[in-house]
Amino acid sequence: MTSLTKAPPKRFIMLSLLLRWEWLLVLLIIVACFVNASLSRYFLDVDNLFDMTFNFMEKSLVALPMTFIIISGNIDLSVASNLAMSAVIMATAFQSGLNIWLAVLLGLCIGTIGGLINGLLVSRLRLPALAVTLGTYALYRGVAFVLLGDLVVKGFPDSFIYIGQGNVLNTPVPVPLLLFSVMAVVFGLVLHRTAFGRLIYAIGNNEEACRYSGVAVNRIKVIIFALSGFMSALAGVIMTARFGSVRPNIAAGLELDVITAVVLGGVDIFGGQGSILGVVLALFLMGITRFGMSLKNVPGQVQSTLIGFLLILAILLPQLLRRFALRSRG
Amino acid sequence: MKRARMLYGLSVVAILALVLSACATPTPQVIKETTVVKETVEVTKVVVATATPETVPEKKGYKIAMVVKNLGNPFFEAAKKGCEEAAKELGDECIFQGPATPTAEGQIEIIDALIAQKVDVIAITANDPDALVPVCKKAMDAGIKVVTWDSAVAPGGRQIFVNQADMEQIGRIEVQMLAEMIDYKGQIAILSAASTMTNQNTWIEWMKEELKDPKYKDMELVTVVYGDDLREKSYTEAQGLFKSYPELKGIISPTTVGIAAAARALTDAGLCGKIALTGLGLPSEMAEYIKSGCCKEMALWNPIDLGYMATYVSHLMASGEITGKPGEKLTAGKLGERTVVDDGAGGGMVLLGPPFKFNAENIDEWKNVY
Repeated sequence: MTSLTKAPPKRFIMLSLLLRWEWLLVLLIIVACFVNASLSRYFLDVDNLFDMTFNFMEKSLVALPMTFIIISGNIDLSVASNLAMSAVIMATAFQSGLNIWLAVLLGLCIGTIGGLINGLLVSRLRLPALAVTLGTYALYRGVAFVLLGDLVVKGFPDSFIYIGQGNVLNTPVPVPLLLFSVMAVVFGLVLHRTAFGRLIYAIGNNEEACRYSGVAVNRIKVIIFALSGFMSALAGVIMTARFGSVRPNIAAGLELDVITAVVLGGVDIFGGQGSILGVVLALFLMGITRFGMSLKNVPGQVQSTLIGFLLILAILLPQLLRRFALRSRG
Repeated sequence: MKRARMLYGLSVVAILALVLSACATPTPQVIKETTVVKETVEVTKVVVATATPETVPEKKGYKIAMVVKNLGNPFFEAAKKGCEEAAKELGDECIFQGPATPTAEGQIEIIDALIAQKVDVIAITANDPDALVPVCKKAMDAGIKVVTWDSAVAPGGRQIFVNQADMEQIGRIEVQMLAEMIDYKGQIAILSAASTMTNQNTWIEWMKEELKDPKYKDMELVTVVYGDDLREKSYTEAQGLFKSYPELKGIISPTTVGIAAAARALTDAGLCGKIALTGLGLPSEMAEYIKSGCCKEMALWNPIDLGYMATYVSHLMASGEITGKPGEKLTAGKLGERTVVDDGAGGGMVLLGPPFKFNAENIDEWKNVY
């Protein structure tokens, strides 16, 4: 406590620097836009820019609850598998004659149940989230393969296809982008403006202390994992509509992109820190960078390499800053 | 504290440098693009097209984007050679692109960027025939010609399909090769890729069809096993075959991974010569086994020619010399004339030709090619 009262200016600078992670992302987005625009005459085109967002909206939807989970000091590796499982179940239900919107509802329920199972295992049995979700990562994908094998479900009605491929009314704004924007605001408000959100940070900072203070840690964990399952299923619905078809291998590897975006967005991988705004900015930074590189036909591996570098820097930077801050304070 | 700040600043610079360098590498292409555009404008020569009686101006300088399943795959790297060779002959630009991992999502992202940069043709080998249909339709709506090769996009998402070889021919030729080796007698087995792979499954159906011919009455197909196109699993499955069927006389492996694994398993078990092996294999991987006599003969189409053919077809689609309707005739450079045939789904298809057979006589020429 003494250090707090003794050295407020230093600490203040330190904190404000850390809080400015979002500004760094904004700067990077501006730089990326500038570079892309100067290298390709096709970049600064309203239609192209809006069209580009189709490619990362599913990831973005899943990244929102992932932010909650990582801030709480946990992780969910099963999101992509859960997405595939709920999309496959939705599709098979539709194929066997269920109304498409009821099938969507069923898919969302399945995803939520998938998340709920993760949450219950993590909280009630006190198992590490990494191990639990690694298990369900294999399990849920397996269910998808058992149900559909090498088959495909297609022939969805146009009204359903619209939510994955269409634009809002007569504007160039894609439907998934609008959906994500609404969701991002909701998740942002919940995390930053409610007691529930503050408890997520508290759990991430010190779970034991929260338990002793009477915080319903288990219930909160179950809720955020279930939320993650629900959003994965929603992303599955969007992806199915975008592809116009489902196969059990859809969204393979999506969880890694999601976690990358969350960490790049300034969320501490050890929990307790981060913001929805940062994650949203990171998602767009990744999307814009990838699109720019694709416009110049940079090979896929090189693109992945760059994103990997960005991620390592994102983890390294705050760590180094903290260490320097401690050392300079003596 | 100053040091912390400096470090922060340095890191910002480092990230910026990274973004910049990654985006800046392909700058020469910008220059290439502009010169290509100039060429198209300057061209005024007139030639007689092979297919149509009226004269059309010679066209070149098209941007042909070849999208493969994933980068770093030797088969597609060979196809790239063919694409570049044909593009050079035609005065076009070959853009070779693919995702880091073989996913439909990655290919869709690439195609979106290709639509945005207004290429003339997208020639794609699909990771998922259905998921790519919407984005390919989008490309066609934008006036881009969509050619598929190797693995087709479902009808509706393509304008023409360049197929390596007739499915029937590939299936039948493998049985014929094996029958020659084992004198039309004995038990045989198939070591395939994954049970979900449509290409392999269709070939196997045709193998079974070929085996119905009375001349194969002394040959018995005892089992089909799946090595999932993984080296170790294919190796174990091959070993399993030796154990379960001591009377086994021959193995067909219609996959490049499977045949190489089977050849190694046969060599390790000292069964070369006792059990014959054939199938579809890469010359570079199979050269040593072909020379040792473990696999006397195998077949494969030439991926370089496949890339070359796909590029020629792309060029002719872009110039409007062909539209992809069955019955049209075309000339694909060094590969000669072809006719567009019906693909069975109402669309047009061009066949590369019969699979090429590799044996001890010609393997040395090919082992360094692909």
